[in-house]
Amino acid sequence: MTSAIQVTNLSKTFRAGSRAVDDVSFSVAPGEMVALIGASGSGKSTLLRHVAGLVEADRDVGEGFVTVDNRRIQDRGKIDPDIRSLRRDIGFIFQQFNLIDRLSVLTNVLCGVLGRAPRWRTTFLWFTREEKRLAMECLARVGISGQAQQRASTLSGGQQQRAAIARALAQKARVVLADEPISSLDPASSKNVMEHLAAINRDDGVTVLVSLHQVDYAIRYCPRTIALRDGKIVFDGSSKKLTRAVLTDLYGDSSIELLGEQHETQDFRPPEHLPETPRLAPEAIPA
Amino acid sequence: MTSITKTRPNIDIPPRDLKRSVTNIAMWAVLAGILMWSWEGADMRPMDLWTDAANMSAFAKGFFPPDMHRWPTFMAEMIVTVKIAIWGTALAVVTAIPFGIMSSENIAPFWLVQPVRRLMDAFRAINEIVFAMLFVVAVGLGPFAGVLALWIHTVGVLAKLMSEAVEAIDPEPVEGIRATGGTKLHEIIYGVIPQVMPLWISFSLYRFESNVRSATVLGIVGAGGIGVLLWELIRSFEYAETAAVLIIIVISVTVIDMFSQFLRRLVI
Repeated sequence: MTSAIQVTNLSKTFRAGSRAVDDVSFSVAPGEMVALIGASGSGKSTLLRHVAGLVEADRDVGEGFVTVDNRRIQDRGKIDPDIRSLRRDIGFIFQQFNLIDRLSVLTNVLCGVLGRAPRWRTTFLWFTREEKRLAMECLARVGISGQAQQRASTLSGGQQQRAAIARALAQKARVVLADEPISSLDPASSKNVMEHLAAINRDDGVTVLVSLHQVDYAIRYCPRTIALRDGKIVFDGSSKKLTRAVLTDLYGDSSIELLGEQHETQDFRPPEHLPETPRLAPEAIPA
Repeated sequence: MTSITKTRPNIDIPPRDLKRSVTNIAMWAVLAGILMWSWEGADMRPMDLWTDAANMSAFAKGFFPPDMHRWPTFMAEMIVTVKIAIWGTALAVVTAIPFGIMSSENIAPFWLVQPVRRLMDAFRAINEIVFAMLFVVAVGLGPFAGVLALWIHTVGVLAKLMSEAVEAIDPEPVEGIRATGGTKLHEIIYGVIPQVMPLWISFSLYRFESNVRSATVLGIVGAGGIGVLLWELIRSFEYAETAAVLIIIVISVTVIDMFSQFLRRLVI
């Protein structure tokens, strides 16, 4: 069976002895858009960073391995020696955008081609016309081609995150991992960024695995949700089946507040391509 | 008055911390001890300033009025001095970049950082004048020896300053480059250098200012520039002309300081 992302028996223990990821296994099919939810410290970020090969898993625990597009990222705590060429096919969107502030937006997006372009050129910041054109197209898709010449630091948070999405597009990544991409954004920008992620999933068939703090966004944009608690998967299935019991289990009593947000955000409409998800009105959820 | 004291709640003022007072007194005692210990070795004779005051005023009188007749010659030598500083600094900046990166703990591995840092310590520990004396022997008298001396010493200083800037960077943009599949070199060029560039330029300009000052004395050991002239004038008791040279040095250094501060403000 082909899978875009395959994680098997992955565990990660930090030095303090806390287990951030505890024997996690799941598989994401090509073209899926999956949300990863859980409270702070539940292991969402750590898990995503393992998938991108930015962190090594525990060495002596079972057979933990990760593949992306059926290519092995890490196996038993050993990252593939050729990881840099594997990473160029994986887009990674960070909570803090991780753009280079002092470089132009265009150069930031051009960084997406670093893994592909010959090294002698990119060492001297030299990009071909075709590469620049590709970068501009990516910027146009996320709607900020007008800001291409500006320094990244001059953009708003939402625009910076869209530039980061453009960088992943310039990578021509088949898999995009997004680590709390909207946690530091206001509601309007959050919606905009999620729309763009949903669009590349829908239009380009890119597999998206996105960790989210806000459950309502997961329900809106991602047909499937994986929920983590204390590094373990406690729910994996259709986002529609996220019951109040599951959420209370995940977040404790604060889950009611999390759902409350949904009602307060009046202009919040799911994108057309997604089936209308039932509003999680308290009375609609079986106790 | 009474109404205020009535409404004020009774809050205790914390008592003086005995341990801290004792440490404080001990620190001052140690400082005084060090100064007393150094008195004899440093040959401190403050009374001589008083008893020899007449001598010194006679000596000082020799400097006035400054004899500016040969100012075009002095100016030409000053320009040579600045040229020595320009090349010494330029070579040092180019060399200090790789050494600075190699001595940054967050970029280079431990086995590389330590030896490179020790080498830089050695470059820094030895004064420009000492290097100049050595290079005069190696490449002969003249400005080139001065350029080489400034180069080596400045590499030691700049590499340390540059690596401190690199160690203070924000690691997240660097990880952004790593996540796109970039190489280690890409991470440095796209992630690290843009972040440290303003500081690096500022450090380089500051070292240029210092190098102009240092280059004015390199001539004393035969490594070119205005120092040669200065040393000859002092040795032949030409104090009026010495004063003229000193004035030219002060003016040039001031102008260069002002100019480089202006440039620094532009880049930051």
